[in-house]
Amino acid sequence: MPLTIVVTAKQVLDPETPASALQIDTARKRMVAPPNVPPVVNGFDENAVEAALRIKDALGAPNVKITVLSVGKSFALDVIKKPLSMGADDLVLVQDDGCDGLDAFQTARVLAAAIKQMGPVDLVLCGRQASDWDQAQVPLALAEFLGLPCVHITKKVEVKDKTVVVERVLPDGTEVVQVPLPALITVSNELGQPRYPTLRGIMASTRKQPIIRKLSDLGLNPADLKPKVELLDLYIPVRQKKCEFISGDNDEEKGRNLARRLREAKLI
Amino acid sequence: MAGVLVFAEVGEGGLAPIAKELLAAGRPLAQALGEPLVAFIAAEKAGPLAQEAGAFGAQQVYVAEHAFLKDAHPDYHLLALEQAVKRITPSAVLLGKTPLGVTVGPRLAFRLGVGVAQDVVSLKVEGGALIAERPVYGGNAMARVALRQKPFVATVRPKAFEPLAPQANPSVAVQSIPVSLDASSVKVKVLERKKVEATGIRLEDARVVVAGGRGLGGPEPFQQLEELARLLGGAVGASRAVCDAGWLPYQYQIGLTGKTITADLYIAVAISGASQHMAGISTVKNIVAINKDGDAPIFQEARFGVVGDWKKVLPAFIDEVRKLLQR
Repeated sequence: MPLTIVVTAKQVLDPETPASALQIDTARKRMVAPPNVPPVVNGFDENAVEAALRIKDALGAPNVKITVLSVGKSFALDVIKKPLSMGADDLVLVQDDGCDGLDAFQTARVLAAAIKQMGPVDLVLCGRQASDWDQAQVPLALAEFLGLPCVHITKKVEVKDKTVVVERVLPDGTEVVQVPLPALITVSNELGQPRYPTLRGIMASTRKQPIIRKLSDLGLNPADLKPKVELLDLYIPVRQKKCEFISGDNDEEKGRNLARRLREAKLI
Repeated sequence: MAGVLVFAEVGEGGLAPIAKELLAAGRPLAQALGEPLVAFIAAEKAGPLAQEAGAFGAQQVYVAEHAFLKDAHPDYHLLALEQAVKRITPSAVLLGKTPLGVTVGPRLAFRLGVGVAQDVVSLKVEGGALIAERPVYGGNAMARVALRQKPFVATVRPKAFEPLAPQANPSVAVQSIPVSLDASSVKVKVLERKKVEATGIRLEDARVVVAGGRGLGGPEPFQQLEELARLLGGAVGASRAVCDAGWLPYQYQIGLTGKTITADLYIAVAISGASQHMAGISTVKNIVAINKDGDAPIFQEARFGVVGDWKKVLPAFIDEVRKLLQR
């Protein structure tokens, strides 16, 4: 039996979108990007995919199976298939109108139902948080739904004899912990850059079709997925600060003038 | 069901700063609910910590002492807090957005069957609900959320609240809470802690921070930033791009997933000001930006700005600072 890894991934608005180009759809309480800016796979989720692929590299491809799982109302297929082109084996999409605007708790519930349907899973890897709502809740709730031990915000994940050894990121260093499998681990950007899809990977992923599931396939009823955290309002804060630009005939003079101005303002 | 309970983390030589901030955040909630402000301390030995919590505003302190609570192991702290909350039955539980708090908070909420507002910067009780505001989309927008089911659970962003002025002789009721912690039920075993020894002033505590971004092009220019920080008695920080590139260790990272600073003066050199970076400096009073791109978002937040090539601006700036300070 190969080691079975599930990586959760979310399609998000590209966080590199310039703030000035972002707008809020007040009715849906959602941030919208301009039509020419495609969505991306959440960056931390790509780190989690990379962590899974490193385990696959270490243990040998036949010994590891990586399934990527996502929940949403609709997907940009070329975007959400990126983990496949990086080297993941399967993609499962829970695609349902009832998955629009789920809160973290209910998203975790849907993910848990989908994972339980897959049969025994050894390791669940998640990005530490999604770059849209920045909640960092789904993985922790998912661990609770699945009854798995959980290590949050890590930079290194290694599978050793039915356990996983991970390095947690802490403000003043790191902590190495060991957990028996099955377990859930969240991955942070400190893991390092996710690999780029290879041409071969891209070719392979175009041939692979995602496995689509509806909420009803998971025995879930959209009416039961009421949010526990109610979103009242989403707004872009008004910034009124005015920057005083330091002038000078050349860059060196601007530098000197900056020092004098900061002195005058009693900041240095 | 009564009380606003603060999960008071322990720091070096006393309560952690976040514990005092949470007490400040919790006081108006307790007043609005007409309930006491309660601190819960989980530690190996609480000693004077309970009195310290009282000095910073707690009216009642519950203490759980256990050898397993010596370190910030999330699983043991979760078990202790869960048992305490079930016994105390507070109306609200506040935790810090710390490695411990963000791991314990959502799992506690799950176990209590309620929602959790993570990383909040403002809180109030209104119409029987907890209304919280939290930065979203990497700090580009704010969301206002409501929790309607008690206990309300929220994790609070560090530095979002100013601790109350400490009282000299607080009258605080201290009560011990027995917790049962079973090592066999905790599967996460700590093998090793690798502490990175900080040199000089801690970034989070520095009054002056000099930080560099991707625009510096490599690790070498940070020597100039170090020199400037030394002149100003400050610390050096960096954007996430710098740490992702391996130019500096992650301990230097300022931003949403890095450190939150509260400096009086922040000098950003070749940092464009991506919103995830700005999230770490939102309470800085004076931002100074040096960037060659006049349209860089950092200038929207800066008090003083220089549009120019840092390679020319910075050495002249440092020389002039040295002259003005006669160092």
